[in-house]
Amino acid sequence: MDKIILQANNISKYFHDPSTIQVLKEITFFLNRGEFTSIIGKSGCGKSTLLYILSTMDTDYTGDLSIDGVSMRDKKEGELARVRNEKIGFVFQFHYLLNEFNVLRNVMLPGLKLGKYSEKEVEERAYQKLKILGIEKEALKIPNQLSGGQKQRVAIARAMVNDPLIIMGDEPTGNLDKKNTEIVFDIFKELSYSTLGYILFSTHN
Amino acid sequence: MNFKLINSISVSLLVARWKQTLVAAIGVTFSITMFIALLSFMSGLNDMLDGLIVNRTPHIRLYNEIQASKNQPIDLSEEFKGHYNFIRSLKPKNERAQIHNFPAIMKALDNDDRVLGYAPKIVAQVFYNVGAIDLTGVINGVNVDEEARLFKFKDYVTAGNYIDLKNIPNSIILGKGAAEKMLANLGDVVQVTTSKGERMQLKVVGYFQSGIQEVDKVQSYASISTAQKLLGESNNYITDIQVKLKDITWAPKMAKEYGNLFDIEAVDIQTANSQFETGSSIRTLISYAVGITLLIVAGFGIYNILNMMIYEKMDSIAILKATGFSGNDVNRIFITIALSIGFFGGGMGLLLGFGLSNLIDNIPFNTASLPTIKTFPINYNPKFYLIGAVFSIVTTYLAGYFPSRKASKIDPVVIIRGK
Ligand SMILES: Nc1ncnc2c1ncn2[C@@H]1O[C@H](COP(=O)(O)OP(=O)(O)O)[C@@H](O)[C@H]1O
Ligand SMILES: [Mg+2]
Repeated sequence: MDKIILQANNISKYFHDPSTIQVLKEITFFLNRGEFTSIIGKSGCGKSTLLYILSTMDTDYTGDLSIDGVSMRDKKEGELARVRNEKIGFVFQFHYLLNEFNVLRNVMLPGLKLGKYSEKEVEERAYQKLKILGIEKEALKIPNQLSGGQKQRVAIARAMVNDPLIIMGDEPTGNLDKKNTEIVFDIFKELSYSTLGYILFSTHN
Repeated sequence: MNFKLINSISVSLLVARWKQTLVAAIGVTFSITMFIALLSFMSGLNDMLDGLIVNRTPHIRLYNEIQASKNQPIDLSEEFKGHYNFIRSLKPKNERAQIHNFPAIMKALDNDDRVLGYAPKIVAQVFYNVGAIDLTGVINGVNVDEEARLFKFKDYVTAGNYIDLKNIPNSIILGKGAAEKMLANLGDVVQVTTSKGERMQLKVVGYFQSGIQEVDKVQSYASISTAQKLLGESNNYITDIQVKLKDITWAPKMAKEYGNLFDIEAVDIQTANSQFETGSSIRTLISYAVGITLLIVAGFGIYNILNMMIYEKMDSIAILKATGFSGNDVNRIFITIALSIGFFGGGMGLLLGFGLSNLIDNIPFNTASLPTIKTFPINYNPKFYLIGAVFSIVTTYLAGYFPSRKASKIDPVVIIRGK
């Protein structure tokens, strides 16, 4: 499975406020399917900045990015949203679950947006993901009734629901204690075997 | 599918902030309620005030103006053809206000199917004799049945029975003001003098109250035959023909047509009473202005609440976008929220507006000058409800437009980095 699914060519990023500084300098690399890769660097070196670009949320950069062989350079906002929905799962340091919905519905939302499966099927798939992460019992709770570690696992389930090519994690364990960090870490490692997804995530140490 | 998803997200956001949503909806409800009640009431008042005139005024009035002849003898002279002739001190000749070709006109009116009906009338200048004093007055000789059918005569006879005018010979229905001046009760006999000096005794069988006091001090009614007797004229003497049309808006055009056709003066109601039309259009304008102001204020309320909601939901919007919802989707979510507030608030407003109008409609309202009115007048025109409905949706859409755009432009990177 040596298929390249993400290719970065000479990606540079500047911030102009308060003074112009270059945070990313001509970053070029590629990632294969099914790999588990970490980006390591000290705080403030630009890990998050890079991940926002790779996840297509930040379009203000120079250089070229292609995902699954397609260049992201000239895509419109709506098309990029579609790519994120279909091909990328993102787990943030903060869980960002919506308290207006229960856990299951939170996981379902990106699947419903994709519109590939019926609502019933999406629900079934979301439930499967929760099961993989061992939190299927919490499916009908409201996110703020869960512990920090559980919330983060729901966020991972949400990132997985559309079977993306890549799951990106930006310090996904940053807010967790040691035990939960290990659990989440193990999940990510295990995912790289049990799914064909590629996991890219950054951590501070 | 997508539509359903957008709706379900909108509903969840709404439910999560149901108190604010309720306040916003109540704002819309209140303004639509007031809009409906105000316009129904105002337009009811307008109709009532117009009714004062329109009920009793013919759409077209045909009569003979006493004026100097347009054709003077000099115009017939061969010698002065092509000259300008100036004639001074012309006087009208001793001609009566009678409509001469009355039977022919009647026949033409009978055959014109734009005409709802017509009532002949005699206008007689008189003096009411009260002891040593003579009060000027006008007696209208009317065809009682037609007058009642076309011009609601019955509604305005506030005492006595209008039909007695036809059945009792030499009877009169006095204007309320005139009766008060003459101290004449029902059944009394009053004496009138015509402008030519003839006197006549008439029995009072009723009071007439038009709602316009100046008129009621002067005008009285008698049957046509009584009026003819009073004036010493034969039974084909008629001074006015009052025509009522099937549609009041045809009046100006048809007045011109009849004027030419019958060689007679023909005045349409619009020309005769232009001041009333101006009055009602200004009252309507004011009520629309107030109603629409209310709606715009409610619109600002919705705008505020949506802005607040978007501010609070910044994180949710960011994550929706990060997981693949486009700016357009987010925009639609908030527009849906705004429109639902408009829809439900507006719907309630229409219902309550109807209720409030009904309430006003039942408040007793008695005034001496308006004998037929017992409660406040309300016009239940569906047009107001339609305008209210359309306007509530349009204002809420506009109120939601800018906040929604703002939400759709939220950059998830900025929000997520800010955490
Ligand atoms: N909006 C911004 N404006 C200016 N500088 C920024 C902005 N966002 C991040 N930076 C700078 O870019 C650098 C990289 O930030 P970041 O990618 O968040 O680092 P990390 O590796 O800790 O995730 C930092 O030095 C930070 O100060
Ligand atoms: Mg970071």
